[in-house]
Amino acid sequence: MPTPAIEIEHLSKEYPYGFLNLKKKKSLEDLSMQVESGEIFGFLGPNGAGKSTTIKLLMRLIFPDGGSARILGKSIDDVSMHQDTGYLPEQPYFYDYLTAAELLDYFARFHGLSESDRRARVEAMLRKVGLETAGKMQLRKYSKGMLQRVGLAQAILHNPQVVILDEPMSGLDPLGRREVRDIILALKKEGRTVLFSTHILSDAEMLCDRVGVIVGGKLRGVGTPEEMVGIKTQGMEILFEVAEGKNLPLLANATRTGERYRVQTPEDELYGAIEQLRVAGARILSVTQIKPTLEEFFMNLVEADRAQAPAIEVTGK
Amino acid sequence: MKNVWTVALNTFREAVRDRVLYNLVFFALLMMGAAILVGQISIGIEESVIVSLGLTAISVIGLFIAVFIGVGLVSKEMDKRTLYALLAKPVERWEFLLGKFCGLVMTLTVNTSAMAVGLYLALWTVKHTLEKSDAWILVAVYLILLKLSLVVALAMLFSCFTTPFLAILFTAGIYVAGTFAGELRTMKAVDISTGAMSLMRGVSFLLPNFENFNVMGAVAHGRALPGSLVWQATLYAALYGAVVLAAAAAVFSRRSLK
Repeated sequence: MPTPAIEIEHLSKEYPYGFLNLKKKKSLEDLSMQVESGEIFGFLGPNGAGKSTTIKLLMRLIFPDGGSARILGKSIDDVSMHQDTGYLPEQPYFYDYLTAAELLDYFARFHGLSESDRRARVEAMLRKVGLETAGKMQLRKYSKGMLQRVGLAQAILHNPQVVILDEPMSGLDPLGRREVRDIILALKKEGRTVLFSTHILSDAEMLCDRVGVIVGGKLRGVGTPEEMVGIKTQGMEILFEVAEGKNLPLLANATRTGERYRVQTPEDELYGAIEQLRVAGARILSVTQIKPTLEEFFMNLVEADRAQAPAIEVTGK
Repeated sequence: MKNVWTVALNTFREAVRDRVLYNLVFFALLMMGAAILVGQISIGIEESVIVSLGLTAISVIGLFIAVFIGVGLVSKEMDKRTLYALLAKPVERWEFLLGKFCGLVMTLTVNTSAMAVGLYLALWTVKHTLEKSDAWILVAVYLILLKLSLVVALAMLFSCFTTPFLAILFTAGIYVAGTFAGELRTMKAVDISTGAMSLMRGVSFLLPNFENFNVMGAVAHGRALPGSLVWQATLYAALYGAVVLAAAAAVFSRRSLK
């Protein structure tokens, strides 16, 4: 059986606070999970859930109060583990007196690349993240989105087997988000393992083989995005246009926006509704599944947590 | 050691690009002004005035750089979170720390050397010649550099476990106390109890004795320095600095970032 790319066992972390730091807040509680080699794993959770804490623990930027973790079979205490691991911090910030090319060259030196290799890798990375024309500009002149791209470039600069990205889409415009998604998919195609944290459900749905949901420092389940988000399908939504004056029972529950109507129906009544529309000569524009929004999805978990109810059942691995 | 060198070079590059070396302009203006003024008002003591003023300026400017930039070496990287990506590379924390130290010492070496050249130029302007005994100025500058390196190590140690403001206060406090370490050791118990005197004497041996590096008076008056002074001061700075840096590395190796 192949070694998992990332193994986390009973990891926990508390942060001191209050007068003289005597009180402690649990940020992560007994987290155990595995990320298999070659998969894209999404780490989902609302802000403050413990996603970044977990990632910082893996990168040894902070230290756990208990538990252990391994990346590619090596303990995270072993600094050589970073040779095959790439990391993008949340809202990355780099030495602003350097240009992007200089920064990448600086980081590449720690991976023992020769000068010619470094030059080739830096050029390739700048091209990959769309910064080939801005590579000679000091980072202090970069926008937040451009810094995010530099961050991504330095994370994959040395062809790591495992790439860990903390909120990689944050601060990017729609085009930038798509480019990052393409890069993540390309990494998977090359056989690399990607773990990324996000609170944007659609990103996880689009990219991930599996997701882990964390709320209040506790892992609430691991499974495919469909398993995790599709727990409560709320029915179907039909968007259509229909001529004025048609006597259509569906219209009673429909919301009108301009010439268009939007109506929600239970999944088992979908075909009946479509038939009504067909008979009335309506033009169906789209039929979509209604899924819980991100807020609803997480709020369910948070509320379940508050009510001390048993965790929402999640099937999957 | 390759990683240490990489970090050191980048620290030097940062200092240059952040215009730290611009202080040389101030020093050049000071020396030019002093040379002109001294030539007009000091009869017979031009040389010692220029040397005293020059060495004091080298020391004070260097101290400002060592304390303020020394404290910022680690704390700025933590505050700005530039350290996150770096520590996720195959770099030990002590390598980062040592690299930062070496980078700033490198900056101070360039800075101090340039100021020493400025001092010699000012001296030449006043005397129109340079003598063999003027070579002692180089020894004084070297000892100032050793002192500054120790201050950088102390500033880094404090910045590893406290806020930048407190780290500056602690470093400055230790520097002032260390300047009087010699006096503390030889002080006679007059108004204080013997117990307090012993305690003070004990503390004085823990403090870095910065007087070991002060030869300004002797050099300004053209007196020769004992031959053993250089290697003794070098050994003292190397050992004390190594202990301070090892303590800083021990603290920093378990320091959680925000």
